[in-house]
Amino acid sequence: MSFGAYLARRAGGLLLVLLVTSFIVFGLLYLAPGSPLAFILGPRGGTPEQIAAVTAQYHLNDPFFVRYVAWLGDLLRGDLGYSIVYRQDVSALISSRIGTTLALVSMAALMIAVVGIAAGTFAALRGGWSDQLTSTLAAIGLSTPSFVVGVALISVFAVGLGWFPTFGSGSGGVNTLVHLALPAVALSVASAAYLARITRASVLEERGREHVQTATVRGLAPGYIVRHHVLRNSLVPIVTVLGLTIATLIAGAVVVENVFALDGLGSLLVRAILQRDFAVVQAVILVLVVAFVVVNAVVDVLYTFIDPRIVLGSRK
Amino acid sequence: MTTPSTTSLAVARVVGERRTAGLLRTTGGRLGVTGCIAAGILLVIALAAAFAPVVAPYDPDFPDLLASLSGPTPAHLLGTDALGRDILSRLIWGARITLAGPGLVILIATVVGTLLALLAAWRGGRIDTVVSWLLDVLFAVPGIVFALIAVAIWGPSLITVVCGLAIAYVPYVARVVRGASFRERHMPYVAAAWLQGQSGAGITFTQILPNVQPIVVAQAVSSLGFAVIDLAAVSFLGLGVQPPTADLGLMVKSGFDSVLRGQPTEAIAAGSLIVLIVWCVTVIGDRLTSSARSMR
Repeated sequence: MSFGAYLARRAGGLLLVLLVTSFIVFGLLYLAPGSPLAFILGPRGGTPEQIAAVTAQYHLNDPFFVRYVAWLGDLLRGDLGYSIVYRQDVSALISSRIGTTLALVSMAALMIAVVGIAAGTFAALRGGWSDQLTSTLAAIGLSTPSFVVGVALISVFAVGLGWFPTFGSGSGGVNTLVHLALPAVALSVASAAYLARITRASVLEERGREHVQTATVRGLAPGYIVRHHVLRNSLVPIVTVLGLTIATLIAGAVVVENVFALDGLGSLLVRAILQRDFAVVQAVILVLVVAFVVVNAVVDVLYTFIDPRIVLGSRK
Repeated sequence: MTTPSTTSLAVARVVGERRTAGLLRTTGGRLGVTGCIAAGILLVIALAAAFAPVVAPYDPDFPDLLASLSGPTPAHLLGTDALGRDILSRLIWGARITLAGPGLVILIATVVGTLLALLAAWRGGRIDTVVSWLLDVLFAVPGIVFALIAVAIWGPSLITVVCGLAIAYVPYVARVVRGASFRERHMPYVAAAWLQGQSGAGITFTQILPNVQPIVVAQAVSSLGFAVIDLAAVSFLGLGVQPPTADLGLMVKSGFDSVLRGQPTEAIAAGSLIVLIVWCVTVIGDRLTSSARSMR
């Protein structure tokens, strides 16, 4: 299959999944008990103007599928609805908060890549008790929920030692980095542990290969062999897992943002659920799902670039 | 690790001995030393949780306001929380929900996922395409988001979260079981059963299902660890189990407020118990997975 055809097929599949998930998110409103109007307005009741506004926004006077198409059209034009609680456009709410979430996820991804790969390689190459220790730590890290790590980090480094701020996402620049350090650690512990495991297995497998034996017999320096023969070849599973992990961080950020009271998408979502601000809930869930699906698809495509041996479109 | 367990299992099958003593031995062999330790710890926690009314030293909801936020004392071994409730008793009661909730999630997900997978593997063709496509769509939503969606519609409660998470875990079970069932479906013994005139449903449930059962169990146990984390996280967010019910996720949340007031016992105790439970489940899941793989 040519590369263009492969990309086209992937993009088609992606669009289909996005279409279905958008339909599900749209349909949520009609799964809720009671009439859509009453559900959106909730116990706040509603003045005639509010009722008219909600009816217009959700196209409630139209048949079901017309409503969906109209809603989808609004989405594509960047109109994500109007928040009843914040009295603000949802798109404005989201764009003012998406930066925090992005920064948090990127910082965590960087930490996961560095710590996970380093720890896994170290464990595989050193063996013995350092391997034991790393593997044990990884097993514990894998079993620890992010919010438990977050609470522990706050009590030790923020409340106890006072090295880091307890809450909030800072005022930009270095200040933001300092504010996001502990949340990023909390978000990355489990994934770093998982990546360390994958790296360890991959490096161990690669180290036993014949081409590595040949290189050793030829008398190449051990450091050179590790860098050019072992690590390079073991990167395929590592990079794949890393990419898929970043996708899961998007959902993980929901929890971590709430522990550290960061003003990201996740804390917006949870608050909106508690306040029954349905337009915000719908929009944030849609953004999270789209990000998750797109990152996964990009990783899938990149995967074929990393290793030229992989045939386009074939799945192992 | 491979040979003794697989052979003893195979022998047990061939001879068809009643699997009472044999079951213990093979399970022990499949779990290994670490796995047996994990299973033992988990059993102790589960028993304590099951017999919470007998085991717990205090009523988990009784507020002893005069002794609130006390550290560990002889009367309260792990101290008390902000409302003066005994932390040890709340841990024991909380473990009930922390084990039963995710257990229910995985039970539902495993039954639904396995049925879907078996259907896809047996019928193949268009039905398999539809099932695979359905799984792809479910995979497109991160697990915890399903729980949040359910809560957004039906309001915060344990049942809502359990239903949401159960749907989220269906594709993880179904994908693994579907792959395994496809391999079994093309085995000669299935063709033989078909020739003998057994029905598709009969072959699926009496021939294929028993052969993929180790994989189903391994996948279910491995997923259970993640379900414990997800459910505790949702409760921590205030969207799952509601106070005053004792739940480990909620206890980390209320313990978090006490941390800021200088008393970390509740958060440490509840957090550690969650980690311990997940660690045990994960170790057992890993062991079962590698033994299920080596059986092929």
